[in-house]
Amino acid sequence: MYSEKVMDHFNNPRNVGEIENPSGVGTVGNAKCGDIMRIYLDIDGQGIIRDVKFKTFGCGAAVATSSMATELVKGKTVEEALLVTNKAVMEALDGLPPVKVHCSLLAEEAIHAALWDYAQKNGIVIEGLKKPVEDIGEMEEEEEY
Amino acid sequence: MDKRIYLDNAATTQVSEAVLEEMLPYFRQNYSNPSAVYQFAEEGKRAVDRARRQAAKLIGAKPEEIYFTGGGSESDNWAIKAAAEAYASKGKHIITSKIEHHAVLHTCGYLEKNGYDVTYLDVDADGKISLEELKAALRPDTILISVMAANNEIGTIQPIAEIGKIAHEAGVPFHTDAVQAYGHIPLDVDRLQIDMLSASGHKLNGPKGIGILYIRKGVKIRSFIHGGAQERGRRAGTLNVPGIVGFGKAAQIAGETMEEKGRKERKIRDHLIERVLAEIPYTRLNGHSTDRLSNNANFSFRFIEGESMLILLDQLGICASSGSACTSGSLDPSHVLLAIGLPHEIAHGSLRLTLSDETTLEEVDFVVDELKKVIERLRNMSPLYEDFLKEQKEKEKEGKDVQ
Ligand SMILES: Cc1ncc(COP(=O)(O)O)c(C=O)c1O
Repeated sequence: MYSEKVMDHFNNPRNVGEIENPSGVGTVGNAKCGDIMRIYLDIDGQGIIRDVKFKTFGCGAAVATSSMATELVKGKTVEEALLVTNKAVMEALDGLPPVKVHCSLLAEEAIHAALWDYAQKNGIVIEGLKKPVEDIGEMEEEEEY
Repeated sequence: MDKRIYLDNAATTQVSEAVLEEMLPYFRQNYSNPSAVYQFAEEGKRAVDRARRQAAKLIGAKPEEIYFTGGGSESDNWAIKAAAEAYASKGKHIITSKIEHHAVLHTCGYLEKNGYDVTYLDVDADGKISLEELKAALRPDTILISVMAANNEIGTIQPIAEIGKIAHEAGVPFHTDAVQAYGHIPLDVDRLQIDMLSASGHKLNGPKGIGILYIRKGVKIRSFIHGGAQERGRRAGTLNVPGIVGFGKAAQIAGETMEEKGRKERKIRDHLIERVLAEIPYTRLNGHSTDRLSNNANFSFRFIEGESMLILLDQLGICASSGSACTSGSLDPSHVLLAIGLPHEIAHGSLRLTLSDETTLEEVDFVVDELKKVIERLRNMSPLYEDFLKEQKEKEKEGKDVQ
């Protein structure tokens, strides 16, 4: 069901954990739908993401997308991190089953939420960053026969 | 994987050797269509008759009240749709429960779209319906009560005799989805006053794609699969002779071994439950503590999600199932776990382990040992657990401050 990359990131998730006094932290998703992601960022004076950690409650894809998202933003500038989309996360994982695409959206959203928190704390505006929606509730229509 | 521990026997079971052996001659030697006139068809006919007797005997029915179908889902669809149609002139109200299998629930949903009115009975925290609520739900236009004998997820056994009595007194036909119960617990259609009963071969070490619908003589019900005159004109289709033979054999064996099998499973299952509850914190057992199938254990582990648990267990060769949304293909966790009152996030972290009589103590001990590590690993990754631990710390601090 999952690609080898997804299984690798699920079995050996990179950057699991917390950061004490993070520059920014974002939590998205909800327990109702079965996915919650929290991402911590440590950003230096130059706006470079020095460290990133995550915690995720969710399925295999949720863990793997969080792990991959942290890998993709680590060492990047805030602006570069903003360009890490769910598509990029999915591609880096060699794809996801269609029902799991929302996990990659959640990962993108978690990064954005953490960046938003960082911007708020520092009173700065990050070009192109919108206030995160806390809850990604996709209303997937059920097919009826 | 050199070793597999299969703990998903509620999903399906392995065809037993005795059943397979009984079936094999009907693929190549006696492959005749038993409806034919020539002598070559005789052996097939006899085999089907024998299987029908075996299937009937297990529930105290008459052989002519047993109709072979394509499985549990077909039996449920047939019983409910065809009864609804047959009794439509009397009324259009059906009573069922919130924890039925989708084969019943979706069938009822379909009927609702076609002008029927369905009452879905609540269940209590153990998964049992309330008999008072059932009585109160009865109406002059009620034409069918359909309540499952035992639940496939949490294993809870319903008070079938009492439901049968209420239905009988109200003059309403009573259907029970006994797919998980048939061959696992004693069932007697007369004593329990059951009018229709669904069962499926692959849940009792028989083959897949074969089931029965028991229809009490005199119950009005139309045919559902139209075509040839098989099954006394009520279920068309060339008989699945090997499947039917396998079903019959499985029923016969189940009748002979049910008690001992149950005892064996219960002993190991209880050991499993005891260890899990004692050794893994923030865990609950779902389902009734005693009125439950002997092979079923269903747990909820707080702060974690089921699919990741299943993947990690799978890598250890352990086959299990969960009621989490991710494993059901929808966003909602199991309707059964929600119906017994679990909050969404706890329902997502559920694990169902269903044993067979071949499951050993060693296997179960291995599973618990590994499960502990799996849960700990996922909790350490969980933001919910992180929040919980922080809250606990806060509380401790507050407690100290007060002192
Ligand atoms: C309670 C219950 N009803 C119905 C079914 C459907 O049976 P089948 O798979 O034979 O169609 C199942 C099995 O999944 C079940 O557990």
